[in-house]
Amino acid sequence: RSEKRTQKALEGKMGIRFILMVNKQGQTRLAQYYEWLTLEQRRALEGEIVRKCLARNDQQCSFVEHRNYKIVYRRYASLFFMVGVDDDENELAILEFIHLLVETMDKHFGNVCELDIMFHLEKAHFMLEEMVMNGCIVETSKANILSPIQLMDKAH
Amino acid sequence: MASSNSLMDSLFQRSLEDLIKGLRLGESTFISRSLEEIRREIKLTDLSTKSVALQKLSYLAALHGVDMTWAAFHAVEVVSSSRFAHKRIGYHAIAQSFSDQTPVMLLITNQLRKDLNSSNEHEVSLALECLARIGTDDLARDLTSEVFTLLGSSKALVRKKAIGVVLRVFDKYPDAVKVCFKRLVENLESSDPQLLSAVVGVFCELTAKDPRSYLPLAPEFYKILVDSRNNWVLIKVLKIFAKLASIEPRLAKKVADPVCEHMRKQNVGKSLLFECIRTVFSSLSNQEVALKLAVVKIREFLMDDDPNLKYLGLHALSIVAPKHLWAVLENKEAVVKAMSDEDPNVKLEALHLLMAMVNEDNVTEISRILMNYALKSDPLFCNEIIGSILVACSRDSYEIIVDFDWYVSLLGEMARVPHCQRGKEIEHQLIDIGTRVKDAKLELVRVSRALLIDPALLGNQFLHPILSAAAWASGEYVEFSKSPYEIAEALLQPRTCLLPDSIRAIYIYSAFKVLVFSLGAYFSSQEPTSSPLAQESTSSGPSMVNGFTYNSISSLVNMIELGLCSLSGTIDVEVQERAKNVLGFIGMIKHEIAEKATSQNSETEAHRAIAFMEDVFSEELGPVSSTAQEKVPLPEGLDLNENLEGLQEICREVLEPMAESDYSSDKVSFSVAKLRIRDQEEASSSLPPPLESSSLLAEHRKRHGLYYLSSQKSDDHNDRDGNDNNTSNEYPPANEISVDSFKPKKKISKPRPVVVKLDEGDEPKRKPDASSSNDESLSRAIQTALMGKGKGKEKEKEKERVKENHEMNVDTENIEQSSRREKKNKKNGERSGKRSSRRQRGKEASVTKPVEVPDLLL
Repeated sequence: RSEKRTQKALEGKMGIRFILMVNKQGQTRLAQYYEWLTLEQRRALEGEIVRKCLARNDQQCSFVEHRNYKIVYRRYASLFFMVGVDDDENELAILEFIHLLVETMDKHFGNVCELDIMFHLEKAHFMLEEMVMNGCIVETSKANILSPIQLMDKAH
Repeated sequence: MASSNSLMDSLFQRSLEDLIKGLRLGESTFISRSLEEIRREIKLTDLSTKSVALQKLSYLAALHGVDMTWAAFHAVEVVSSSRFAHKRIGYHAIAQSFSDQTPVMLLITNQLRKDLNSSNEHEVSLALECLARIGTDDLARDLTSEVFTLLGSSKALVRKKAIGVVLRVFDKYPDAVKVCFKRLVENLESSDPQLLSAVVGVFCELTAKDPRSYLPLAPEFYKILVDSRNNWVLIKVLKIFAKLASIEPRLAKKVADPVCEHMRKQNVGKSLLFECIRTVFSSLSNQEVALKLAVVKIREFLMDDDPNLKYLGLHALSIVAPKHLWAVLENKEAVVKAMSDEDPNVKLEALHLLMAMVNEDNVTEISRILMNYALKSDPLFCNEIIGSILVACSRDSYEIIVDFDWYVSLLGEMARVPHCQRGKEIEHQLIDIGTRVKDAKLELVRVSRALLIDPALLGNQFLHPILSAAAWASGEYVEFSKSPYEIAEALLQPRTCLLPDSIRAIYIYSAFKVLVFSLGAYFSSQEPTSSPLAQESTSSGPSMVNGFTYNSISSLVNMIELGLCSLSGTIDVEVQERAKNVLGFIGMIKHEIAEKATSQNSETEAHRAIAFMEDVFSEELGPVSSTAQEKVPLPEGLDLNENLEGLQEICREVLEPMAESDYSSDKVSFSVAKLRIRDQEEASSSLPPPLESSSLLAEHRKRHGLYYLSSQKSDDHNDRDGNDNNTSNEYPPANEISVDSFKPKKKISKPRPVVVKLDEGDEPKRKPDASSSNDESLSRAIQTALMGKGKGKEKEKEKERVKENHEMNVDTENIEQSSRREKKNKKNGERSGKRSSRRQRGKEASVTKPVEVPDLLL
């Protein structure tokens, strides 16, 4: 199995490859990709991964392998947060990243729920953009993530 | 008319919120209606309307799979707006939808440049984020100097994002390194944890691709490793050292201590702890203290109830297993427990670890236990288990197997596992062992017989490949069979109609071989003088029945004839032809069977025919190396290219599927399908006579006698004994793996049978992957950037000087450029003086600091 992994050439591997937020009915609420995929590829990818994660229960670990990615996921209420990473990434750190993301959104929206993300998708995107660039985590302080967003909101 | 329409559209435009609300109620028709609206709205000149339309479109594209590439130009328009809100929407749309194929990509270069130079840090960061997502070669090249400037920005937010974009720029335009690298390294020494996090992240990715180039920076990373208290930063630095230490072993020694320090901390975060363990396992495994500590810590992971930690613990163990199996053995209870875990991922990791522990002495016991697990598991895991056993046992030409009789019967057992779907690999191994291990043929025939006579197996399509192998083996090695009649009967039983035609053809052909063998035995057993044929047939089959009586042979012939009569009219040409061939042969010799009882004439036509057929099948088929064909010298006057295009078509179907299959192409290029062609060719005697191939085998034996074990007689003897032992033993019913499984057992007295290996190996040579030219140029650029900083080797001094000059020129260029910009920016209150002085300091520092890593660290 490790041979299979090394055989798949990870060209331009950049830590985080994509971030998805999907609800229990399989509807995508947020999709951020850090590599170029066509529409069909994205849809297929999302469908397969969601199916895999939905089939698992809470007693099972939060890591799933799919093709040449590792998917780290965690469910918060009705929403699945799924991050696709390359083999080298520290899974526990990604879990912490997901938690950080949720906490940040919670701080901004106040008791964030799925509806908040649906109606303020761009805010969620801005938070992600502050946190991740080129697939690398560049910011991990909630204050630093939110301050530009709060500034921009005030100014406009 | 148009203007009033546009006014309507502007006034009554649905906002994004309306869109979302509408989507919740109805789906696809709503989307197509909205899309129509968007198409109208987006063409309007009013930027606000346009941007809302673009915003809605982005939403639909992101979540509902709508294509938005047609709106690229409009995105460019929106981005050019002076209003920040519009810019944000525009850049978001661009980042989401632009790619290398977008034709209007050129149009945004200037816009990006404008925004990168903006005094509003938010505009700058928008532009940087966008560049990071969509940067092309051209964009990277054109905007390098802007990025360079921003890397030194006083605003931390901007600098952080500039660092973030560097990866993309370097990747697409390696020459950017000459300009930006120094600034990047400067940021390594920053005390601002924000920046540090970003910089270290960038270096982590860079090092992963090309560790050697970043070795000179090890001292900086070391400082961070020791000083930092930020887990994110530490994790990245550890990854960097994992890569660096694996190419520079002296680093490993130096780094081991700080890593241990982190591991020993009281409340160390689990993620950091895991990274430490992983670093130790992958790159510092030769550091005893660190390794021991890591193994202790991983035990905590394995014992934890949290499934994540359990999984990661097992995963980490599999990293260290190849070099330090003791670490796995110490934790074998946890591994065994994990085999019955609820989580299939955990089970899989446990399985892999178990396979890592397999060796010559415990393979039988572990296989036994694994087969029990397989019987109780779901189909997926069951096949994983079977697959792992097959892979582990067949590695290096079955290196791990001592007792082939046991292994062959295990293969037969696998066929009886209800969920088994590994038919192809089992088929391959059965035949492979048949050709390579002479002494296993007896057991092979026994197992094949059991599989063939069972009518229930014919209904399971996953087992058909195994049955095919069983049929082939039974026919090829019929001389080892106890009852050829039984074999022939099994091969022609009515239920074989469930088989696909290709396998049916094999069955028929094997029946033919059985027939020929039986006839040969019958005819030769009646001769008083010992003919060569008789000698062969009696010496090669120790368990053969004493010849055939007239009754038995005629019942055999009749049975075969009856079985094949019905097939002579089938649609499949292969089956039909073979059936008819055999029937024809029978017709030819049938009348002489009765005569044989009376006359002693050995010159009959039938006799000659049978002798001829026996001769055809008498040559032993061995494994063929995948490079064998190339070794055949071309005879003179033979032009290979002539007239073979037609053959190419026919052969492609046979050869190509094998090239694609996972297992067989790696090993012997031998399969039953190819065998058919060979058999047919042999029968039509278009190949050189058998004599040549046997002489080649003898030659091989002569040349490589070292690898052939001597004394086959004793092997046969032991084989018979070993065979008896196996059949009478009950397999121990143990379901648990005991501690004893892993203790080395006493060596079995029976010597390992000969396994024919091929000296050039069976693996086709793998061509090394050509590295991309971009990566190479990036490495070169990095190396020159670092070398140019300090002392290099004597030979390279001159090169360096030239490079240094070049760099200085570039720097002076930049200084001029930025000083021009400085003058401009001074109006906006930028603190340019500090920047230039910092730059000066940076240059000085880099020139005086020595580059040699070993000196600093050791």
